[in-house]
Amino acid sequence: MRAYETPFEKVTAKTFPKGPDVLASGHRACQGCGEVLALRLLLKALGPEIICVSATGCMEVCTAPFPQSAWRTPWIHVAFENAAAVAAGVESAVGILRRKKRGPDRRIPVVAIAGDGGTADIGIQALSGALERGHEDFIYICLDNEAYMNTGIQRSSETPFGANTTTSPSGKRSKGQSTWKKDMPAIAAAHGVPYVATANPAFHLDLMSKARRAAAIEGPAYLHVYSSCPTGWRLKPELAVTIGKLAVNTRIFPLYEVLDGRYVLNRKVDSPVPVSEYFKLQGRFRHLKEEDYGYIQARVNEEYEKIVKLAETFPVELQAAS
Amino acid sequence: MPAKPIGLEVSLAVAEAVRLCDADVVAAYPITPQTHIVEHLSELVADGKLDAAYIPVESEQSAMSSCIGSAAAGARTFTATSSQGLALMNEMVYIAPTLRTPVVMAIVNRALSAPINIWNDHSDIMSVRDAGWIALFAENGQEALDLTILAFRIAEDRRVSLPVSINIDGFTLSHFIEPVILPEIEEVAAFLPPFDPLVKLDIAKPISMGLLAMPESYTEARKATDDVLLGSKAVVKEAFADFGKRFGREYRTVETYRTEGAETVLVMMGSIAETAMTAVDEMRAQGEKVGIARIRLWRPFPVEEFKAAVAGARRLAVIDRHLVMGAPDGPVALEIKSLMYADERRPEITNYIVGLGGRDVTREDFKYITKKAQEPGAHVRPRYDLVGVWE
Repeated sequence: MRAYETPFEKVTAKTFPKGPDVLASGHRACQGCGEVLALRLLLKALGPEIICVSATGCMEVCTAPFPQSAWRTPWIHVAFENAAAVAAGVESAVGILRRKKRGPDRRIPVVAIAGDGGTADIGIQALSGALERGHEDFIYICLDNEAYMNTGIQRSSETPFGANTTTSPSGKRSKGQSTWKKDMPAIAAAHGVPYVATANPAFHLDLMSKARRAAAIEGPAYLHVYSSCPTGWRLKPELAVTIGKLAVNTRIFPLYEVLDGRYVLNRKVDSPVPVSEYFKLQGRFRHLKEEDYGYIQARVNEEYEKIVKLAETFPVELQAAS
Repeated sequence: MPAKPIGLEVSLAVAEAVRLCDADVVAAYPITPQTHIVEHLSELVADGKLDAAYIPVESEQSAMSSCIGSAAAGARTFTATSSQGLALMNEMVYIAPTLRTPVVMAIVNRALSAPINIWNDHSDIMSVRDAGWIALFAENGQEALDLTILAFRIAEDRRVSLPVSINIDGFTLSHFIEPVILPEIEEVAAFLPPFDPLVKLDIAKPISMGLLAMPESYTEARKATDDVLLGSKAVVKEAFADFGKRFGREYRTVETYRTEGAETVLVMMGSIAETAMTAVDEMRAQGEKVGIARIRLWRPFPVEEFKAAVAGARRLAVIDRHLVMGAPDGPVALEIKSLMYADERRPEITNYIVGLGGRDVTREDFKYITKKAQEPGAHVRPRYDLVGVWE
């Protein structure tokens, strides 16, 4: 079955999952953390009958300090760069034990969860291997807060152009991060996997539905999830949702899906908010000047238009929710 | 009726042992000289002779990561590697024991770079000496096969639940065709119960594995692993005894050869002991009082068994296959000097490093070593003797 034909149960306001959270409260994430918000919603959508594999990082550290754990689902953390490989091992084990009648006789999604560093930098090899091998019940979630926050706000290849971090500081001869954000969803899609999507907890029903679709589709799925970080972005904790909405409405973080290689733009932004509105709320961009906004604005529009064009090239009739 | 030996390349014998053990998951990356093991396993899976998931991972780091995930999910798990591959998976090799994931790994021993060299010595295994794995050394093909079966039994025992490595000398053992007896699959099944871990990643009973340990608990977690590793020796011996009863091949943690009345005991690990035995026979024929103590169980180190094996010897000539840069001795000699130090009648201990990067180890080398060990004051030399080095 094609990925876009695979039925799945969409999350709507009416069908919003009830019952206790899979990620229990009482974890130690910062106040206003957009990443843990995304994680909680994703896990709520997926439900407890999953196995989770975390890479080292903020979400691992704040949810599992011995003797406490916020995970109400089987969970394992091994190291930083290998969440995809550990999940591949778990997925293969669950699959073969099912076939040999020594495990539950149903599909169990194995969910690898890593930050942007654990995905786009140190973990990209393991991720590439896992995507390429086509593990059937494998979901990889990149919670992208755009820097190494757990170690103290160092730049990653997902840090946006112009952002100030502790290893891409702005200064007399530096405007902060000097490179454009690495396009991880495109890299994931280039593996020919059935499902790639971007998501954002400020659009929570869309985010949760994408987790459901990822679980329903047979084959590897990659979700790239916008995760605001009040600490690293110098953002007021109460602005997690505001900033997430702005990221989409400025076209900085477009919401789209790639199903069997076909792009679907989930939210068209015809009259975008200027990128400067997004930057003004965050201390990490404080040093940027009007002339810097111009370059960034042009590149943001260009990247957005690429997605629009890709979506127009091979239109997809999306399967209605079952 | 006892089974008849067949001629089989040792790498293939190891892969056949994995088949006999009905492994569930194999995750591996090719590296010389381990390749024949994983190639044959791929074939066994492709032909439906082994019902396993074969994960052709993109690196050794991912191989061990996948193995940890697989074992944590309750699957019987195997991998094999060598040299640089083991070095690349080093980080995960240290994690597997404390997560109590009973992965079985064949290490086809090969020298570490630089310079790059594909041939045999023990520098790869010695780089993970302290990681917490049970480490066994095979001398010949039959032993490589038997130890693979034993490794699963020991690793998965609930009193152990630790990873186990079987060390097989690269090329000089792995690529030789030797006579081996393949046990019947039913016999192996009777010896090796199904893998039933104490805890696993199970949706019916969620657990968290690999939590962050603060200074208040890290020491205790490390000690718990070491306690289990040290305690595993009893399980190893128990498994050896049961194996002997069922299959008729007796294994001990330390093997001896002609140590009765031996004044000099040559101490070593791995396949060079086969050559050493011939050398000892020849020296014995000349009236030389010399024997061999071969360490089969390297980790946990069988302290009492080793002391008993060399009891009465005036001198130990410890033969290493790895050079510990900057240290006075090789790893095995360092270990043995340390454990013999407190003995009132400790023997004179000298250290010889041989066979680095595949250099041949001959009978003449063992005769040279025996002679050198008997030189007055040999044991007070400040440094190892690098046998046969070109100066």
